[in-house]
Amino acid sequence: MEKRFMKGCEAIAEAAVRGGCRFFAGYPITPQNEIPEYLSWRLPEVGGSFVQGESEVASINMVYGAAATGTRSMTSSSGPGISLKAEGISYLASAQLPAVIVNISRGGPGLGSIQPAQSDYLQATKALGHGGFRTMVFAPATLQEAVDLTYNAWDYAERDRNPVLILMDGCLGAIMEEVELPPMKELDYTVTEDWDLSKRNGREDSHMITPILPEMALEMLNKFKGMTYNMWGMMDVKVEEYLLEDAEYVVVAYGIAARVAKEAINTLREEGYKVGMIRPITLYPFPKASLDNLDYGKVKGIIDIEMTIPAQMRDDIELQVKGRCPVHEYGRSGGMLLDDEGVYNAISEIVKGGE
Amino acid sequence: MPAYKRPSSLMPMTTGYCPGCLHALATRLVADVIDELDQKNNAINVVSVGCSALNLYSWAGDVIGSAHGRAPAVATGVKRSMPDRLVFTYQGDGDLAAIGLAEIMSAANRGENFTVIFANNQTYGMTGGQMAPTTLIGQKSTTTRFGRDAATTGYPMQMCELISVLKAPVFVARYALNSPKGVMDAKKGIKKAFELQLAGKGFTFIELLTNCPTNWGMSPLNTLEYMNTNTIPYFKPGIYKDEEAEG
Repeated sequence: MEKRFMKGCEAIAEAAVRGGCRFFAGYPITPQNEIPEYLSWRLPEVGGSFVQGESEVASINMVYGAAATGTRSMTSSSGPGISLKAEGISYLASAQLPAVIVNISRGGPGLGSIQPAQSDYLQATKALGHGGFRTMVFAPATLQEAVDLTYNAWDYAERDRNPVLILMDGCLGAIMEEVELPPMKELDYTVTEDWDLSKRNGREDSHMITPILPEMALEMLNKFKGMTYNMWGMMDVKVEEYLLEDAEYVVVAYGIAARVAKEAINTLREEGYKVGMIRPITLYPFPKASLDNLDYGKVKGIIDIEMTIPAQMRDDIELQVKGRCPVHEYGRSGGMLLDDEGVYNAISEIVKGGE
Repeated sequence: MPAYKRPSSLMPMTTGYCPGCLHALATRLVADVIDELDQKNNAINVVSVGCSALNLYSWAGDVIGSAHGRAPAVATGVKRSMPDRLVFTYQGDGDLAAIGLAEIMSAANRGENFTVIFANNQTYGMTGGQMAPTTLIGQKSTTTRFGRDAATTGYPMQMCELISVLKAPVFVARYALNSPKGVMDAKKGIKKAFELQLAGKGFTFIELLTNCPTNWGMSPLNTLEYMNTNTIPYFKPGIYKDEEAEG
């Protein structure tokens, strides 16, 4: 394995290439510009295509076209741009096209701020576009995890014929860490040739890729998609459970918030307080069982920590807690960052407040 | 003289277009040219939104439906990934000249090596006859009940004229499908555009003036005459740009 010291955005761009990505279209928006910048020279090196689209809207539709040929395709953006891509992502879901979308999120709503935030949880997990579809949502907390999730994202996208979203905040996009880069994947076009437009398998018949369907067929597609989402819940949940065994207080946090929270938890453990953490790595499918199976005879409180105000993951948490203990929340937002002291104080107040 | 038969790129079914609609003829011309160039198995039809979306169901070759106005972006993704395929979009005027203006101008400006077939009938046919960016001054629509008024809605967009000022496009031409000569010329133009694409020359744009008997509220025959007296004087047929012309 090759080790490199890389910036978050560049690390996932390289991981994408190694994971088979051969088409990227995107539009400049902070804080994700290093992804298109990197891929603009890197993709041609491996025979891929890079297009700087005239807009987010055009870019996601370019990805739609490339994905229809069985080419592993990607776009990246940040909150405002993801909103513009919403139409196209819905079309990808409807036309059953695999693609990977990266959101390096920033403060919202609106143009918001260009500083890091986790303000797009609801958009990512509930309604990435119109029409009621879901995508798997990966939320890495380290650059290594981001590399590994990006590297394998197309395997899920192609298995499910559905887009996959990678949700990172601007912190993770900008920091540098050492990462182990996996080897270049062999491109395997046999996975998509049964339905794609490529004719790589020499077929004579024709294929139709369509985002519009007759009513009965559309209902069947929606039922099938529903089954797929259920399957994700059973097979594809990724979660880190940290010091839950004896925990009396459980922090729930993902991405950068989880990293900050872990520091605070370690300090509180040293002080003798039994605090643990559930860190969803897949925000969708949400790690329901981790929360549902807590020993509520022991757990006195859940603390949802997010870099957004108000907390957006809280509804998903409460659906599993079912009133068995209080749910608290702490966050910063608008591009104001979570810091060690603030998170420690917030958890500490709740944990020690019970004394 | 070859027998006049259904092109192999069209399904053995009716198109779904209203009686007298020139969309059906435009589609047929494209399919005929694809047969003549022996490209049935190589062509990819990028369908747009509007009446043109009916082509999704009548097209027998590879076909991909795209979002409203986004066909040139979709075609960009398709063609960049499959450079040897014959890729074309088939778009109406609402799709291309209103909601999809950024996509068409940008694809043309990048010189993407695909062909755009632009059916201009001066109305939003599928949604029931609202004003299109190409609706003529004085022409009635469901959103301009007393005729299009330039004071509040501006003037009809002349896409060939706009696109031909860009440097990258290699062939830009407009044909009117309301006469046998116009139809024959259009077929030659489509063929030329496809041949240029197959030779890797770059972006080609074919505008076809069509009609909408249903939403213009006229008999099909009257629409042809209306085109002569109203449409053609404003949207002048002709070759607007031909970078590969000899001499």
